Amino acid sequence: MTRGTRTRSSVLRLPGQGTVVLHRRSVAVTAALLVLAGAVTVVAVSVGNYDLGLRGVIDTIGGGGSATDRFIVLRQRLPRAAAALAVGAALGLSGAIFQSMSRNPLGSPDIIGFTTGASTGGLVAILLTAAPSTLSVTVGTLIGGFATAFAVILITVRRGVGGERLILAGIAVGAMLASVNDYLISRAPLESAEAAKAWQFGSLNAIGWNQVTPLLIATAVLLPAVFGIARPARILELGDDAAAGLGVRVRRQRVMMAGLGVALAATAVATAGPIGFLALAAPQLARKLACTPGIAFAPSIAMGALILASADVLAQRLLSPFQIPVGLVSAALGGVYLMWLLGFSRD
Amino acid sequence: MTGSAAVLVCVSGVALVAVLCLVSLAIGSRDLSLGQAWTGLVARDRTPASIIIWQLRLPRTVLAVVVGAALAVAGVVMQALTRNPLAEPGLLGVNAGASLAVVVGIAGFGATTVSGYVWFAFAGAAGAAVLGYVMAHRRASSGPTRLLLAGVALGASLSAVTGVVTMYHADTFSSYRFWVIGSFEGRDATTLLWVSPFLLVGFVLAMASGRMFNALALGDEQAVALGARPALTRAGAFVSITLLCGAATAGVGPISFVGLVVPHAVRLLVGVDHRTALRTSLILGPVLMLVADIAGRVLARPGELEAGVVTAFVGAPVLVALVVRKRRNG
Repeated sequence: MTRGTRTRSSVLRLPGQGTVVLHRRSVAVTAALLVLAGAVTVVAVSVGNYDLGLRGVIDTIGGGGSATDRFIVLRQRLPRAAAALAVGAALGLSGAIFQSMSRNPLGSPDIIGFTTGASTGGLVAILLTAAPSTLSVTVGTLIGGFATAFAVILITVRRGVGGERLILAGIAVGAMLASVNDYLISRAPLESAEAAKAWQFGSLNAIGWNQVTPLLIATAVLLPAVFGIARPARILELGDDAAAGLGVRVRRQRVMMAGLGVALAATAVATAGPIGFLALAAPQLARKLACTPGIAFAPSIAMGALILASADVLAQRLLSPFQIPVGLVSAALGGVYLMWLLGFSRD
Repeated sequence: MTGSAAVLVCVSGVALVAVLCLVSLAIGSRDLSLGQAWTGLVARDRTPASIIIWQLRLPRTVLAVVVGAALAVAGVVMQALTRNPLAEPGLLGVNAGASLAVVVGIAGFGATTVSGYVWFAFAGAAGAAVLGYVMAHRRASSGPTRLLLAGVALGASLSAVTGVVTMYHADTFSSYRFWVIGSFEGRDATTLLWVSPFLLVGFVLAMASGRMFNALALGDEQAVALGARPALTRAGAFVSITLLCGAATAGVGPISFVGLVVPHAVRLLVGVDHRTALRTSLILGPVLMLVADIAGRVLARPGELEAGVVTAFVGAPVLVALVVRKRRNG
């Protein structure tokens, strides 16, 4: 213990030449958050209008239970809980990457316009095509998000991606697209406008394995990539010149980070619709808990998963049987976080 | 020199507003020539042209003039108050606050006309303005970006609450979705009569504070030494922002970017003296608003593109340009 108070990091020697520096408190916080997220998931799977109890759920997952039990647990609750964890983790990491890259605690895929652009793309698919399908909405969402992020980065790239300019350009483009979204919604028939509005907030209602499986595969591929970029990202936070001096290839690192961040956000948005604020709040909360000097990637992943899993339980249960889109719950939580950031934080 | 430039800008601005008003009266789903529009306006008889002009297009045009002036002046006041060149009622969430309050008024208290929800709009605008100022004050040293981001986040969380309310009340949503874009379509003389008195008080307060804003720009201590009263000036500025943004939003819905674009154009034309800037914004605000409204009617024939959409498409590139230019200089 005495050593622990003196040095805050442990060095893990890997076979061969590699070493990994572990920030002890980050490891502990990540583990604790993951345990909590697991607990929330257990609640999400076992509690609901159709009451099974924990034992019933365990039986069902183990292969027992009636046909109804199996349908409710395996086809409805389990995919939804898994989606909440994966989408939350993806958004948490995506936000962490953007905040590290822009060196700004308010940087996130929402702020650079990705989320609004994704909404626009999805709304176009929902409202302007004759028969919107899950596939066409997903494709529209992805095209919208990528095109917007690309445009914002293009506007600012000539003077180097990153920093305040990226965010301000994102705000401008985002504001423009928000008015396009309002315009699209006002032009549609009321019924489809309501459906589009519900989708626009981001929701996990009625999600099934056919949507969750690709999500899980994508997150399983993308999340480990963070270990490749974490260390140079930390150095890049010191500033471009310092990072270049320390051997980081600044432009390449930035492009990789932007690509990874956008891909993660796209994965999340394609599954759940544009869920706001989570990517903004999760990395900052994780950082405060873990007491790290910069953005901590692993705790952000765990924090994102925990927040969205909890928010989704609230969204299902709060006004049951009315199902609030989970994006509105996360936005409300984000608002509380914002007040706290403005009122009590000192940095 | 600046004085004569300001006079020139003001005179040509007024002439431009007059021409644009006439164009706005002439253009619509039934086009009139400028001559017909003029006769219809001055004759006020029972010809179709005259009826169209007096019942539909005149209230709308005058509303565009006063709302444009209100948002532009509110932009100057907010920029003076926060000493932040990017402060703007739309971007800092003041309009979002007014929107939320209006939606609450429609859904919870059955307010259906402008006379009902204008009070809610004031409450919402005031709340958001105070929050915005607290943010600006606490973050005075951390530069314009931080404030703008906080404003955007505030606006987003307010909109989320608005979203919950509109999802619950389908009726509210059905009227809200048209109102939220910011449009002059179908606004009648009643709306104009309800918002005008509040705007007038807001204008007077803002105009009277010009000298004080100049002093405040030097910092509080200097301002006090010059005989200004910072606390009183700020209170006046708050009331003026609340009245201007609240009434404008209640009248035509939230419209962004006018408060950003016009003050920057004005400063380029006549310089940074707040007294001239306020006066000139009062004239150039209507120019932008009328152009946006007319362009919306011309571009999307036979339908209409709402003025709020047009200003967003004009304003966003201006914001990008401002940001890029600022970096190049500094």
